[in-house]
Amino acid sequence: MKRADWSRIAIHVALVVAVFVTLYPVLWVVKLALSPDQGLKLSASPWPTELSFSNFSDVLTSRTSDGRLLFVRQLFNSLVVSGAVTVVGITFSVSAAYALSRLRFGGRQATLRAFMVSQMLPGVVSSIPLYVLLDKLHLLDRLSGLILVYATGAVPFCVFMLKGFFDSLPKELEEAVLLDGGTRLQAFLYVALPLARPAIAVTALFSFLSAWNEFILAATLMNDPTSFTAPVQLQRYVGDFSTEWGRFAAGAILVSLPVMALFLSLEKHLTGGLTQGGVKG
Amino acid sequence: MHLAAALLQVVLWHAYRAGEEQAINQAVAEYNALARPRGVEVRAVPVPFDAYNQKRASAIPHGNGPDLFIASHDGLGEWRRDGLVAPMRLSPKAPDFMYGLVAALSDDGKTWGLPLAWKSLALYYRTDQLSTPPRTTDELFAAVQGHYALAYETGSFYYHAIWLHAFGGLAIEARIDGSSSSTIRPRLATREGERAIAWVRAQAERGRLPGDASSTTATQLFRDGQAASLVSGPWLLGELPASLPYAVAPLPILSETGQAARPYLTVEGIFLSARAQHAEEAERFATWLAGPGAITRAVAGRQLVAWRAAWEDPRLRGDTVLAGFRAQLESTISLPTDPVMGAIWEPAQEALRKALRGDLSPHDALVGADRRITLALAPPPPAADPRPYLGVLALVVVLLGVWLARRKPSEERGGGLAPWGYLSPAMICLVTLVFVPFALGAAMSLFHHVPGPNGGRFVFVGLDNFTRLLGSTEQPIWDPLSFYFTLLVTILWTAVNIALHVTIGVGLALLLRNPLLRLRGMYRVLLIVPWAMPSYITALVWKGMFHRQLGAINALLGLLGIAPVAWFAHFWTSFAANVATNVWLGFPFMMVVTLGALARIPSEVEEAAILDGATSWQRLRHVILPLLRPALMPSVVLGAVWTFNMFNVVFLVSGGEPDGGTELLISQAYRWAFSPGRGQRYGYAAAYAVVIFLLLWAQSRLSRRLTETEA
Repeated sequence: MKRADWSRIAIHVALVVAVFVTLYPVLWVVKLALSPDQGLKLSASPWPTELSFSNFSDVLTSRTSDGRLLFVRQLFNSLVVSGAVTVVGITFSVSAAYALSRLRFGGRQATLRAFMVSQMLPGVVSSIPLYVLLDKLHLLDRLSGLILVYATGAVPFCVFMLKGFFDSLPKELEEAVLLDGGTRLQAFLYVALPLARPAIAVTALFSFLSAWNEFILAATLMNDPTSFTAPVQLQRYVGDFSTEWGRFAAGAILVSLPVMALFLSLEKHLTGGLTQGGVKG
Repeated sequence: MHLAAALLQVVLWHAYRAGEEQAINQAVAEYNALARPRGVEVRAVPVPFDAYNQKRASAIPHGNGPDLFIASHDGLGEWRRDGLVAPMRLSPKAPDFMYGLVAALSDDGKTWGLPLAWKSLALYYRTDQLSTPPRTTDELFAAVQGHYALAYETGSFYYHAIWLHAFGGLAIEARIDGSSSSTIRPRLATREGERAIAWVRAQAERGRLPGDASSTTATQLFRDGQAASLVSGPWLLGELPASLPYAVAPLPILSETGQAARPYLTVEGIFLSARAQHAEEAERFATWLAGPGAITRAVAGRQLVAWRAAWEDPRLRGDTVLAGFRAQLESTISLPTDPVMGAIWEPAQEALRKALRGDLSPHDALVGADRRITLALAPPPPAADPRPYLGVLALVVVLLGVWLARRKPSEERGGGLAPWGYLSPAMICLVTLVFVPFALGAAMSLFHHVPGPNGGRFVFVGLDNFTRLLGSTEQPIWDPLSFYFTLLVTILWTAVNIALHVTIGVGLALLLRNPLLRLRGMYRVLLIVPWAMPSYITALVWKGMFHRQLGAINALLGLLGIAPVAWFAHFWTSFAANVATNVWLGFPFMMVVTLGALARIPSEVEEAAILDGATSWQRLRHVILPLLRPALMPSVVLGAVWTFNMFNVVFLVSGGEPDGGTELLISQAYRWAFSPGRGQRYGYAAAYAVVIFLLLWAQSRLSRRLTETEA
């Protein structure tokens, strides 16, 4: 064989090993979810030995004390919250990113820095004032409060990504609009925005994910299980005395599958979207 | 729905799961069937156990809490201090309930709650190995040869206390005369305390009990017949298969002292919230649930119910297992309700583990624990005079104003209002929901929180929290709880993670670079799976995989002939477990970023290098990597910030084990604010947060300067 063939084989071997290591924990979850009991079992093999869907049906048919479906409701909450966060987050950040990329004004650098700084604030100490604040605004224990908090958290990262994208767009098209007597707003809405669609798709994915996956704030700000998001419920399966591993795993799969499908279907755009401009001022 | 809205609703919080949850729901449904005609309805709300304490403390003072909550009685002292619980108007008759249970919930002549059930440890023994329950420890050890006679979670102080009590020791002086809590002084380093630990170590060395078993291991040993008996509580009943030959009996007498091993008694009570909206109806339901409702709870939930009459029910009378716990009840020690107890668990547990591992002698370990407890219970620092601070603040504001006014105009000025039209929605949200809460939180660093009603008081103490933190006045610098130790761990953590993320991410991206590679798309999709999975799920899964006895990692090591590793018992293995989790979680991001950057390196550059006769290694070293560097830099900086503040992985995987050593700054701050037993030191936690922020900010200034000088 030629040297090139050997190197190709070596590449494939390396990649297969990497894929195996990557998928090992995932398969392990699948195995736990499909086994009928709740304990861990000592075994290195990630292949399921039993095939029982009792964990899935347990999780999906869990009900509140007055007989309403619980987990299904919470998945729905998660969907509503994440969807709304995506819309709100993108609306706020796309205009902010455009202004930061195209317009020159006093305070621009300071604003950019403020977005960066917001990523460094440790959220731990903010949780108590945030709780009091939302209580005063009557947004506690409501999905709308959670949506606002999450959307705000997602904005800085979205702004960085979208600003990088706008930076990489040629200015000439928008300048043509301005020369023809159009306004800046028209240039933004009718020229820049349509061109930014792929970047917006990726950014939307990230906002969605960040909201879908959060559980600490949701556990603090929500009191009623019917307004919990799904991750908070999953946390309940991992209690103090005994952990219901089987149900946890089944719930984890139910929660992960939709986002993984979404993520993997948008995977092609990720590569472009993330590195278009980076996060430099 | 209109009808439901007209009903008066009594809200009940509980943290039950599985069988007990079903039982409480069933009992509530029974009650509602009786009460709905009166226009009353009870709604049972399950709360995640981990968040239970915190939710109660935050919700009740703001009027968002329940009317009633079910919890174990040992929190009573804290709830009373913080004004979360109200005395009930009714007075239960003690003889109606099992031995001592009403007394545990009464104090100062008031009824603070009604007993629902109790929990205590007792002895599970295998009837195929022990024909009669062992009366003494010598009898037990003599009867079993060749494998463990006894198993339990040796590293837990709750379990260990049975031996402490048998040696005549107490973790805390019981409150007999109603004296105020400030006079209570816990003392762990006693002769009895040392003897108890030494005794357990000796038994472990003689192979009579496993010296480092977790509760899962202990249960497993018992199920497999590798341990003839097991110390555990009623929560285990649902986990044991019906085919297992076992019975439950009171704990044996310790032969060395002739005294019984006495477990702690926790009484599960139903308590009236201080801000209950419908106190009268709430008490009515509580009375029913503690009384007639007990039968449902006992039969469906297998609770050890407090209501004496329920035990006359034929379904309970014949239950020999429940009878074992009932026999244990009269030989228990009620878990102290004093808030002081909260400060004991963590240090006591650490000392116990250190001494059992042999890291320290029992005496030294317990003296160390006492020192920490004394510190935690130390009186708050004196209030500081705020005037000098206000003066400094005014000076700073003035200087800032002067600096802003005299600043040389930057090239970007003016621009009118239009840009702010684009920015305002994002900025308004960011300011109100991120910056203002953080500023308020950060301001707490100048205060000391004194727990009490309505969320407690805040006393202005100036920079006291910072001097304690940065001066490491509360513990030596090498102590895992000191700021500098945690800082070092955090820096190491960030460096190791970023190095591995970049190496693996760039490496895989280079392997995947060739657009003609077969299966390229499939590899790429499969390799970013970790990114798509929610990080808390990943963290919990990895925690399971690192499980000492049942985890997949040790099973894999077993295949290679390597003995199982107790991952969370030692600093470096625990740290490695955290790193493994976070690397798995984070490399896809770097891989995707690198792939994007690689795609934008013009192919001419590489072709030119090929024409110049460069080998593939030279092309990589001198052409590709230098071009990648600037493209990756922003992601590396952002990744470093995220890793530095990575709460989920450390919190969920190692949980700071061993002894808080693997904690990061961010999770350490969280522990000081919210972990039971650390005294709700919000001010101290806030000081942590301020320092974390300043560190990150300085780091970003530094890296910006570095990239700017390079460019």
